[in-house]
Amino acid sequence: MISYIANLILPFLIFSIVLYGILKRKDMYDPFLKGVADGFRIVAEVAPTLIALFFAIQIFRSSGALDLLVRFLAPAASFLQIPTEVLPVIFAKLFSSSAATGFLLDIFKTSGPDSAAGFLSSVILSSTETCFYIMSVYYSSVHIRKTRHTLRGALLATFAGIAASVILCRVFYS
Amino acid sequence: MINYIWSFLILIGLVIGSINGNIVSMSDSILASSKEAIELCILMFGVVGLWSGIMNVAVSLGIITKLQSLLSPFLSFLFPNLKSTKAREYISTNITANILGLGWASTPSGLKAMEELQKENPFPDTASNEMCSFLILNISSLQLIPISIIAYRSQYGSVHPANIILPGIIATCCSTLTAIIYIKWKDRHT
Repeated sequence: MISYIANLILPFLIFSIVLYGILKRKDMYDPFLKGVADGFRIVAEVAPTLIALFFAIQIFRSSGALDLLVRFLAPAASFLQIPTEVLPVIFAKLFSSSAATGFLLDIFKTSGPDSAAGFLSSVILSSTETCFYIMSVYYSSVHIRKTRHTLRGALLATFAGIAASVILCRVFYS
Repeated sequence: MINYIWSFLILIGLVIGSINGNIVSMSDSILASSKEAIELCILMFGVVGLWSGIMNVAVSLGIITKLQSLLSPFLSFLFPNLKSTKAREYISTNITANILGLGWASTPSGLKAMEELQKENPFPDTASNEMCSFLILNISSLQLIPISIIAYRSQYGSVHPANIILPGIIATCCSTLTAIIYIKWKDRHT
Protein backbone atom coordinates (compact mmCIF):
# COMPACT_ATOMS: atom_id res chain seq x y z
CA MET A 1 0.00 0.00 0.00
CA ILE A 2 2.70 2.47 1.03
CA SER A 3 4.80 1.60 -1.99
CA TYR A 4 1.69 2.01 -4.17
CA ILE A 5 1.21 5.57 -2.90
CA ALA A 6 4.93 6.29 -3.31
CA ASN A 7 4.77 5.21 -6.93
CA LEU A 8 1.85 7.57 -7.52
CA ILE A 9 3.83 10.69 -6.57
CA LEU A 10 5.73 11.02 -9.84
CA PRO A 11 2.78 10.42 -12.23
CA PHE A 12 0.62 12.75 -10.13
CA LEU A 13 3.22 15.51 -10.25
CA ILE A 14 3.55 15.22 -14.03
CA PHE A 15 -0.24 15.12 -14.48
CA SER A 16 -0.75 18.29 -12.44
CA ILE A 17 1.95 20.19 -14.32
CA VAL A 18 0.58 19.26 -17.74
CA LEU A 19 -3.04 19.89 -16.68
CA TYR A 20 -2.08 23.30 -15.32
CA GLY A 21 -0.34 24.12 -18.61
CA ILE A 22 -3.34 23.02 -20.69
CA LEU A 23 -5.71 25.10 -18.56
CA LYS A 24 -3.45 28.12 -18.96
CA ARG A 25 -3.18 27.41 -22.71
CA LYS A 26 0.60 27.67 -22.63
CA ASP A 27 3.03 26.00 -25.04
CA MET A 28 4.67 23.12 -23.21
CA TYR A 29 6.23 21.05 -25.95
CA ASP A 30 9.08 23.43 -26.84
CA PRO A 31 10.05 24.13 -23.21
CA PHE A 32 10.06 20.38 -22.68
CA LEU A 33 12.48 19.83 -25.56
CA LYS A 34 14.70 22.64 -24.33
CA GLY A 35 14.70 21.13 -20.84
CA VAL A 36 15.69 17.73 -22.19
CA ALA A 37 18.62 19.32 -24.00
CA ASP A 38 19.67 21.01 -20.73
CA GLY A 39 19.43 17.65 -19.00
CA PHE A 40 21.72 16.09 -21.61
CA ARG A 41 24.26 18.80 -20.87
CA ILE A 42 24.09 18.02 -17.14
CA VAL A 43 24.71 14.31 -17.78
CA ALA A 44 27.58 15.08 -20.13
CA GLU A 45 29.12 17.14 -17.34
CA VAL A 46 28.64 14.33 -14.82
CA ALA A 47 30.04 11.60 -17.08
CA PRO A 48 33.76 12.27 -16.44
CA THR A 49 33.09 12.27 -12.69
CA LEU A 50 31.37 8.92 -12.92
CA ILE A 51 34.30 7.37 -14.77
CA ALA A 52 36.76 8.83 -12.25
CA LEU A 53 34.81 7.48 -9.29
CA PHE A 54 33.90 4.08 -10.68
CA PHE A 55 37.57 3.64 -11.39
CA ALA A 56 38.79 4.69 -7.92
CA ILE A 57 36.12 2.80 -6.02
CA GLN A 58 36.63 -0.29 -8.15
CA ILE A 59 40.30 -0.28 -7.13
CA PHE A 60 39.36 0.30 -3.52
CA ARG A 61 36.87 -2.56 -3.54
CA SER A 62 38.60 -5.20 -5.66
CA SER A 63 41.78 -4.79 -3.60
CA GLY A 64 39.89 -5.85 -0.50
CA ALA A 65 40.33 -2.41 1.13
CA LEU A 66 36.59 -1.74 1.23
CA ASP A 67 36.03 -5.08 2.99
CA LEU A 68 38.64 -4.12 5.56
CA LEU A 69 37.00 -0.75 6.10
CA VAL A 70 33.56 -2.34 6.40
CA ARG A 71 34.87 -4.92 8.88
CA PHE A 72 36.47 -2.13 10.87
CA LEU A 73 33.16 -0.21 10.94
CA ALA A 74 31.03 -3.27 11.73
CA PRO A 75 30.80 -2.73 15.53
CA ALA A 76 29.56 0.84 15.02
CA ALA A 77 27.01 -0.33 12.47
CA SER A 78 25.69 -3.13 14.63
CA PHE A 79 25.41 -0.65 17.50
CA LEU A 80 23.31 1.62 15.27
CA GLN A 81 21.51 -1.40 13.81
CA ILE A 82 22.16 -0.48 10.20
CA PRO A 83 23.86 -2.48 7.41
CA THR A 84 27.62 -1.84 7.62
CA GLU A 85 28.05 -0.97 3.92
CA VAL A 86 25.94 2.15 4.49
CA LEU A 87 28.55 3.80 6.76
CA PRO A 88 31.06 4.65 3.99
CA VAL A 89 28.17 6.24 2.04
CA ILE A 90 27.22 8.43 5.00
CA PHE A 91 30.79 9.42 5.73
CA ALA A 92 31.57 10.26 2.09
CA LYS A 93 28.37 12.30 1.75
CA LEU A 94 29.58 14.85 4.30
CA PHE A 95 32.48 15.75 2.01
CA SER A 96 31.55 14.94 -1.54
CA SER A 97 28.32 14.06 -3.24
CA SER A 98 30.05 12.23 -6.07
CA ALA A 99 32.16 10.05 -3.74
CA ALA A 100 28.97 9.09 -1.88
CA THR A 101 27.31 8.26 -5.20
CA GLY A 102 30.27 6.01 -5.99
CA PHE A 103 29.79 4.03 -2.77
CA LEU A 104 26.03 3.94 -3.32
CA LEU A 105 26.47 2.43 -6.78
CA ASP A 106 28.91 -0.07 -5.35
CA ILE A 107 26.20 -1.25 -2.95
CA PHE A 108 23.73 -1.42 -5.86
CA LYS A 109 26.20 -3.60 -7.75
CA THR A 110 26.99 -5.96 -4.91
CA SER A 111 23.73 -6.18 -2.94
CA GLY A 112 21.21 -4.60 -5.34
CA PRO A 113 19.17 -1.40 -5.02
CA ASP A 114 16.29 -3.24 -3.35
CA SER A 115 18.45 -4.70 -0.58
CA ALA A 116 18.18 -3.20 2.91
CA ALA A 117 21.54 -1.45 2.47
CA GLY A 118 20.62 -0.21 -1.02
CA PHE A 119 17.26 1.14 0.12
CA LEU A 120 18.62 2.85 3.22
CA SER A 121 21.53 4.50 1.46
CA SER A 122 19.21 5.74 -1.32
CA VAL A 123 16.99 7.41 1.28
CA ILE A 124 19.95 8.86 3.19
CA LEU A 125 21.48 10.32 0.05
CA SER A 126 18.19 11.91 -0.93
CA SER A 127 17.73 13.58 2.45
CA THR A 128 21.24 14.91 3.20
CA GLU A 129 23.63 17.41 1.66
CA THR A 130 27.40 17.66 1.39
CA CYS A 131 27.89 19.63 4.59
CA PHE A 132 31.61 20.46 4.44
CA TYR A 133 31.63 21.05 0.70
CA ILE A 134 28.76 23.55 0.73
CA MET A 135 30.20 25.39 3.72
CA SER A 136 33.62 25.75 2.15
CA VAL A 137 32.29 26.88 -1.25
CA TYR A 138 29.76 29.37 0.13
CA TYR A 139 31.89 30.85 2.89
CA SER A 140 35.10 31.08 0.91
CA SER A 141 33.23 32.92 -1.87
CA VAL A 142 32.72 35.86 0.54
CA HIS A 143 35.98 35.38 2.50
CA ILE A 144 34.43 34.39 5.80
CA ARG A 145 36.70 32.54 8.20
CA LYS A 146 34.67 32.40 11.40
CA THR A 147 31.63 30.28 10.67
CA ARG A 148 30.16 30.36 14.22
CA HIS A 149 27.34 27.86 14.76
CA THR A 150 26.91 26.89 11.09
CA LEU A 151 28.73 23.55 11.36
CA ARG A 152 26.95 22.51 14.55
CA GLY A 153 23.54 23.30 13.06
CA ALA A 154 24.35 21.69 9.74
CA LEU A 155 25.63 18.48 11.33
CA LEU A 156 22.63 18.38 13.65
CA ALA A 157 20.26 18.64 10.68
CA THR A 158 22.24 16.04 8.75
CA PHE A 159 22.12 13.55 11.62
CA ALA A 160 18.41 14.19 12.08
CA GLY A 161 17.98 13.30 8.39
CA ILE A 162 20.05 10.13 8.78
CA ALA A 163 18.24 9.06 11.95
CA ALA A 164 14.88 9.67 10.28
CA SER A 165 16.01 7.64 7.25
CA VAL A 166 17.02 4.69 9.43
CA ILE A 167 13.69 4.70 11.25
CA LEU A 168 11.66 5.22 8.07
CA CYS A 169 13.43 2.39 6.30
CA ARG A 170 12.30 0.02 9.05
CA VAL A 171 8.74 1.12 8.28
CA PHE A 172 8.90 1.27 4.48
CA TYR A 173 11.32 -1.52 3.73
CA SER A 174 9.54 -4.82 3.72
CA MET B 1 38.15 17.70 -1.20
CA ILE B 2 37.24 15.13 -3.84
CA ASN B 3 40.86 15.29 -4.98
CA TYR B 4 42.02 13.81 -1.66
CA ILE B 5 39.25 11.24 -1.42
CA TRP B 6 39.92 10.11 -4.98
CA SER B 7 43.69 9.76 -4.59
CA PHE B 8 43.26 8.17 -1.15
CA LEU B 9 40.95 5.49 -2.60
CA ILE B 10 43.39 4.69 -5.40
CA LEU B 11 46.58 4.65 -3.32
CA ILE B 12 45.16 2.73 -0.35
CA GLY B 13 43.46 0.33 -2.78
CA LEU B 14 46.64 -0.41 -4.69
CA VAL B 15 48.73 -0.85 -1.52
CA ILE B 16 46.21 -3.17 0.15
CA GLY B 17 45.65 -4.99 -3.13
CA SER B 18 49.33 -5.83 -3.45
CA ILE B 19 49.48 -6.96 0.19
CA ASN B 20 46.44 -9.19 -0.38
CA GLY B 21 47.87 -10.50 -3.65
CA ASN B 22 44.85 -9.23 -5.62
CA ILE B 23 46.86 -6.93 -7.85
CA VAL B 24 46.67 -9.07 -11.03
CA SER B 25 42.97 -9.80 -10.86
CA MET B 26 42.33 -6.11 -10.18
CA SER B 27 43.33 -4.93 -13.65
CA ASP B 28 40.33 -6.59 -15.34
CA SER B 29 37.82 -4.99 -13.02
CA ILE B 30 39.51 -1.59 -13.33
CA LEU B 31 38.93 -1.60 -17.09
CA ALA B 32 35.40 -2.90 -16.67
CA SER B 33 34.60 0.03 -14.37
CA SER B 34 34.78 2.58 -17.20
CA LYS B 35 32.37 0.53 -19.29
CA GLU B 36 29.91 0.44 -16.41
CA ALA B 37 30.19 4.19 -15.88
CA ILE B 38 29.27 4.87 -19.50
CA GLU B 39 26.37 2.39 -19.44
CA LEU B 40 25.02 4.28 -16.48
CA CYS B 41 25.41 7.60 -18.30
CA ILE B 42 23.36 6.31 -21.23
CA LEU B 43 20.46 5.55 -18.91
CA MET B 44 20.89 8.91 -17.22
CA PHE B 45 20.59 10.73 -20.54
CA GLY B 46 17.07 9.33 -20.65
CA VAL B 47 15.93 9.85 -17.07
CA VAL B 48 17.67 13.14 -16.31
CA GLY B 49 16.74 14.48 -19.76
CA LEU B 50 13.09 13.60 -19.20
CA TRP B 51 13.05 15.11 -15.72
CA SER B 52 14.68 18.38 -16.66
CA GLY B 53 12.24 18.55 -19.58
CA ILE B 54 9.33 18.33 -17.14
CA MET B 55 10.96 20.83 -14.79
CA ASN B 56 11.54 23.25 -17.63
CA VAL B 57 7.84 23.03 -18.47
CA ALA B 58 7.12 23.89 -14.83
CA VAL B 59 9.52 26.85 -15.03
CA SER B 60 7.93 28.14 -18.26
CA LEU B 61 4.47 27.92 -16.69
CA GLY B 62 5.61 30.25 -13.91
CA ILE B 63 5.35 27.60 -11.21
CA ILE B 64 8.74 28.69 -9.80
CA THR B 65 7.54 32.27 -9.30
CA LYS B 66 4.37 30.91 -7.66
CA LEU B 67 6.43 28.81 -5.27
CA GLN B 68 8.58 31.81 -4.46
CA SER B 69 5.59 33.88 -3.42
CA LEU B 70 4.38 30.95 -1.29
CA LEU B 71 7.79 30.95 0.40
CA SER B 72 7.66 34.63 1.25
CA PRO B 73 5.99 34.46 4.71
CA PHE B 74 8.24 31.55 5.54
CA LEU B 75 11.30 33.66 4.72
CA SER B 76 10.13 36.52 6.92
CA PHE B 77 9.82 34.00 9.74
CA LEU B 78 13.30 32.55 9.19
CA PHE B 79 15.11 35.82 8.47
CA PRO B 80 13.31 38.42 10.61
CA ASN B 81 16.18 40.93 10.51
CA LEU B 82 16.95 40.68 6.82
CA LYS B 83 16.53 44.06 5.10
CA SER B 84 17.98 43.56 1.64
CA THR B 85 15.25 42.61 -0.85
CA LYS B 86 17.87 41.33 -3.28
CA ALA B 87 19.18 38.87 -0.71
CA ARG B 88 15.61 37.70 -0.07
CA GLU B 89 15.08 37.14 -3.77
CA TYR B 90 18.26 35.12 -4.18
CA ILE B 91 17.55 33.08 -1.07
CA SER B 92 14.07 32.23 -2.30
CA THR B 93 15.37 31.31 -5.76
CA ASN B 94 17.98 29.10 -4.12
CA ILE B 95 15.44 27.37 -1.88
CA THR B 96 12.97 26.80 -4.73
CA ALA B 97 15.70 25.44 -7.00
CA ASN B 98 16.82 23.08 -4.24
CA ILE B 99 13.29 21.86 -3.58
CA LEU B 100 12.80 21.04 -7.27
CA GLY B 101 16.27 19.55 -7.64
CA LEU B 102 17.42 22.14 -10.20
CA GLY B 103 21.08 21.94 -9.27
CA TRP B 104 22.23 24.31 -12.01
CA ALA B 105 20.01 27.09 -10.65
CA SER B 106 20.71 26.61 -6.96
CA THR B 107 24.46 27.22 -6.63
CA PRO B 108 24.64 30.52 -8.58
CA SER B 109 21.69 31.99 -6.68
CA GLY B 110 23.13 30.71 -3.40
CA LEU B 111 26.46 32.42 -4.03
CA LYS B 112 24.65 35.64 -5.00
CA ALA B 113 22.66 35.44 -1.77
CA MET B 114 25.89 35.12 0.24
CA GLU B 115 27.28 38.17 -1.57
CA GLU B 116 24.20 40.22 -0.66
CA LEU B 117 24.23 39.00 2.94
CA GLN B 118 27.89 39.96 3.19
CA LYS B 119 26.98 43.58 2.30
CA GLU B 120 24.82 43.76 5.45
CA ASN B 121 27.37 41.99 7.60
CA PRO B 122 29.05 44.28 10.19
CA PHE B 123 31.99 41.86 10.66
CA PRO B 124 33.25 40.82 7.21
CA ASP B 125 35.33 37.85 8.42
CA THR B 126 32.60 36.41 10.67
CA ALA B 127 29.37 34.77 9.51
CA SER B 128 26.23 36.76 10.30
CA ASN B 129 23.15 35.11 11.83
CA GLU B 130 21.44 35.21 8.43
CA MET B 131 24.38 33.46 6.78
CA CYS B 132 24.42 30.72 9.40
CA SER B 133 20.66 30.24 9.05
CA PHE B 134 20.80 30.19 5.26
CA LEU B 135 23.59 27.62 5.10
CA ILE B 136 22.15 25.38 7.82
CA LEU B 137 18.85 25.39 5.94
CA ASN B 138 20.61 24.69 2.66
CA ILE B 139 22.65 21.82 4.11
CA SER B 140 19.59 20.30 5.78
CA SER B 141 18.60 19.24 2.23
CA LEU B 142 15.42 20.50 0.65
CA GLN B 143 15.18 18.34 -2.44
CA LEU B 144 11.85 16.56 -2.86
CA ILE B 145 12.42 14.21 -5.83
CA PRO B 146 15.92 12.71 -5.92
CA ILE B 147 15.79 12.00 -9.64
CA SER B 148 19.38 10.85 -10.18
CA ILE B 149 19.16 8.32 -7.36
CA ILE B 150 15.95 7.00 -8.91
CA ALA B 151 17.82 6.71 -12.22
CA TYR B 152 20.68 4.80 -10.60
CA ARG B 153 18.21 2.46 -8.91
CA SER B 154 16.46 1.70 -12.16
CA GLN B 155 19.79 1.04 -13.91
CA TYR B 156 20.69 -1.58 -11.30
CA GLY B 157 17.39 -3.39 -11.67
CA SER B 158 15.25 -2.08 -8.82
CA VAL B 159 11.68 -3.37 -9.00
CA HIS B 160 10.29 -0.02 -7.82
CA PRO B 161 13.02 2.60 -8.34
CA ALA B 162 10.72 5.41 -7.17
CA ASN B 163 9.64 3.85 -3.89
CA ILE B 164 12.31 5.85 -2.03
CA ILE B 165 10.48 9.12 -2.78
CA LEU B 166 8.10 9.03 0.15
CA PRO B 167 10.58 8.05 2.90
CA GLY B 168 13.01 10.49 1.26
CA ILE B 169 10.52 13.36 1.51
CA ILE B 170 9.69 12.56 5.14
CA ALA B 171 13.39 12.30 6.09
CA THR B 172 14.10 15.57 4.28
CA CYS B 173 11.28 17.25 6.22
CA CYS B 174 12.72 15.91 9.50
CA SER B 175 16.18 17.30 8.81
CA THR B 176 14.82 20.64 7.61
CA LEU B 177 12.52 20.91 10.61
CA THR B 178 15.49 20.22 12.91
CA ALA B 179 17.41 22.93 11.07
CA ILE B 180 14.57 25.44 11.53
CA ILE B 181 14.19 24.69 15.24
CA TYR B 182 17.93 25.05 15.74
CA ILE B 183 18.04 28.33 13.78
CA LYS B 184 15.17 29.84 15.77
CA TRP B 185 16.68 28.68 19.05
CA LYS B 186 20.04 30.20 18.13
CA ASP B 187 18.43 33.48 17.05
CA ARG B 188 16.89 33.80 20.47
CA HIS B 189 20.09 32.96 22.35
CA THR B 190 22.62 35.21 20.66
